[in-house]
Amino acid sequence: MTAPLLEARGLEKRFERRGFGFRRRPVYALNGVDLTVLPGETLGVVGESGSGKSTLGRVVLRLIDADAGQVRFQGIDLLSLPPGDLRPLRRRMQMVFQDPYGSLDPRMSVGEAVAEGLDIHRLARGAARRDRVIGLLEEVGLEAAIAARYPHQLSGGQRQRVGIARALAVDPALVVCDEPVSALDVSVQAQVLNLLLRLQEARGLGYLFIAHDLAVVRQLAHRIAVMYFGRVVELGSTDAIIHNPRHPYTQALLSAVPRPDPVRRTGRIVLQGEPPRPTILPRGCPFASRCFHPAKDVRCVEELPVLRPVGDALAACHYAETPATTPGSEPGS
Amino acid sequence: MSREPLLRVRRLTIRFPATRNGPEAIPVSGVDLEIHRGETLALVGESGSGKSLTGLSLLGLVPHPGQVDAVSQLFLDEQDINTLKPEQLRAIRGRRIGMVFQDPATSLTPVLTVGSQLREAITAHRAMKKTDARARAESLLSEVGMPDPTAGYEAYPHELSGGLRQRAMIAIALAGEPDLLIADEPTSALDVTVQAQILETIDRLRAERGMAVLLITHDLGIVAGRADRVAVMYAGQIVELRRTADLFRQPSHPYTRALLHAIPRLDRAAELVTIPGIVPSPADWRMGCRFQPRCAEALPRCATETPPVVPLGNGEWSRCWLAQEKSR
Repeated sequence: MTAPLLEARGLEKRFERRGFGFRRRPVYALNGVDLTVLPGETLGVVGESGSGKSTLGRVVLRLIDADAGQVRFQGIDLLSLPPGDLRPLRRRMQMVFQDPYGSLDPRMSVGEAVAEGLDIHRLARGAARRDRVIGLLEEVGLEAAIAARYPHQLSGGQRQRVGIARALAVDPALVVCDEPVSALDVSVQAQVLNLLLRLQEARGLGYLFIAHDLAVVRQLAHRIAVMYFGRVVELGSTDAIIHNPRHPYTQALLSAVPRPDPVRRTGRIVLQGEPPRPTILPRGCPFASRCFHPAKDVRCVEELPVLRPVGDALAACHYAETPATTPGSEPGS
Repeated sequence: MSREPLLRVRRLTIRFPATRNGPEAIPVSGVDLEIHRGETLALVGESGSGKSLTGLSLLGLVPHPGQVDAVSQLFLDEQDINTLKPEQLRAIRGRRIGMVFQDPATSLTPVLTVGSQLREAITAHRAMKKTDARARAESLLSEVGMPDPTAGYEAYPHELSGGLRQRAMIAIALAGEPDLLIADEPTSALDVTVQAQILETIDRLRAERGMAVLLITHDLGIVAGRADRVAVMYAGQIVELRRTADLFRQPSHPYTRALLHAIPRLDRAAELVTIPGIVPSPADWRMGCRFQPRCAEALPRCATETPPVVPLGNGEWSRCWLAQEKSR
C-alpha cells in the first residue's frame, strides 16, 4: 500500500463564542475525525451546513489550529510543527475556495494573483516568472491576455479558473477544494469539474474535495466520507457509498439529491425534524433525533456509535447491518 | 386543463434604458406562458436568463430603472397586471399572488418576530382582531410544517434554522390565500435534506389549496419530480416549453440537451459534457439564435435568422431551426 499523502487522526475543533447565556456555548465543529488521502486520489467529503466539513479543510492545512488530534502530511506531523517550518510545506498543499471573488484581491491583476505564490516561495523571477504565469493560465484553459485583467472583469467560471491556477503555481501535491463549483452555473460547473479531473491526471494531485452536493462529489471522488455533526458517519469507495449506503443519514442524503429524472421515485426519504444544534454535544448518535431506522432504540440515544467496518465500507451506526429502508415504503415520522 | 388559464403572459418584454455606462438592455424579450390552477410550472434557467425578472414582473416589482414594455400582457384571469395602477397592484400582491424568495434571511425583517410579520401579512388584506389574527397565524405556521407553531410565532428570524425560516416565509406568502405562488429558488440556500422537506411542503399546499405554483430555479433536478410543465429560459427568451416527462425523455432544444448532460448525476459516472463559453449578457445578444455561438448542432442559418417557434403537439414547443427541420 502506498504511504498516505495526508493522514488525520482524532481531529477535534471547538469554537468558543463571546456572548451571554446560550450564546456563550461553544460550537462543536469537529468531534473526532479520522481520514487519509492517498497520492493522486480524491477523497470526497460530503456534508450539510454545520457538519464541520469546511472546518476540516482548514484544520488539515493548519489554517486554523485543531484542539486535539493529529495531521500528517507526507509523514510530517503538521500540528506540532513550529510556524517557520510550516512555510516550505505550504507549497505542497494548497486550497481552492468556493468564492473566488472573495478570495481574489480586487486590486491585483490576474497575472499578479497567479504569480503571488511564485514570489512568496521565490520560485521564479523575470521572464521565467512571466512564462510560468502564462503556462499556468493556459493549463487552466485561460488565454494569456487575461493576465492583465482584474477579478471584476471576469466571469464566475474564469475567476474559479484563476483560483485554481493560483493554487497550482507552487506545484502542490495536495489541493483542498472547498465547494469549488457550488457558486457556478450548471454549464460552467461541468467545465470546472472536468478541468479538476484533467489536472489530477496530468499532475498526480491528491484532492480533498469538500462539497454539499453528492452528485458533484461522485464525479471526482475515488472514496467518499460522509460527515454529520463533526464526525465521519460513513466512509467507503464512491461505488459503495452511492449504490450501497449503510448509514441511514447517507441513505437520506442520497434520496434527497435532486435527480433530473421525471419518474417520481417511490420510497423517497424525507427526513423529519431539524438538524441538531451545534452547541449541544449529544451523548449518543447525533443523527438519532432525525433517524428513521426501524431498529432505532435507546442505545442510539445513549451510546455514540463508532466508525466500524460494515460490508465493504465503514459506518458509524449501531444497526448498520439491518436494512433501514425497504423499497416502496415511505419511512419518516 | 381545459379551463381558462389562471395566468396568461404574452410578449413579456422588460427594458432597462440606456445609461452612460451602456446601451439599452432587454433582459426579457417576448416571453409567452400560461399557468393553470393547481399546476406547477417550472421556469428554469442559468443566471442572467431573465427568469427572476419574469417572476418579479408579475408582482409589478421589476427593479428601477427597468420597465415592463407596453406590448406585454400579463393577464391574471381577466385583469392585465401590466395596466394596473400601483394601489391596484398592491391589492394583488400577497392577496392573489404570493412570493417566496431564495434567501429567507434577507426577506424577513430581523427586528420583528415571525408572528408580527405574519400577522401583518394576514391583516393587510382582511381586517381582523389581533387575537384572531394570531390564531390564524399559528394555524398557517402549523400548515407549513413548523414543528412548534407557538414557539415559531414568538421567534425572531435569527432564532430559526434556514429551513424553518423558509417555512415562515411560505406561511407569510400564503397569508393572503393567493391563487398563484411564485417561488424563486425557494430552496437554493438550504441543505438538500431540508430542500426536500420544503419542496414537499409547497407541493402539498398546492394540492390542498388548488393553488398554481411558478417554480423558478436553476436546478433541473428539483423540477423533475414536481413540475407539470417546464419552460427553459436562455438569454431572455423561453427556448423550450414542454410537459416535464417529455422534456426529460426527449429534450428538443440543443440548450436543454446540453444542460441535461452538464448536470452531475448520481446514477451515472460519465464525464460531464460541457457547454463551451458562458451565458451572454444582453449587450452581446445578436441576430439569429441567441444560443448559436455555443451550440454544437447549429446550422448556417442559425447565425443570422431568428429561429421559429416550432409546435411539438400538446401545446409544447421549441424555438429552434433544427426542430423546424425535423418537424418537416
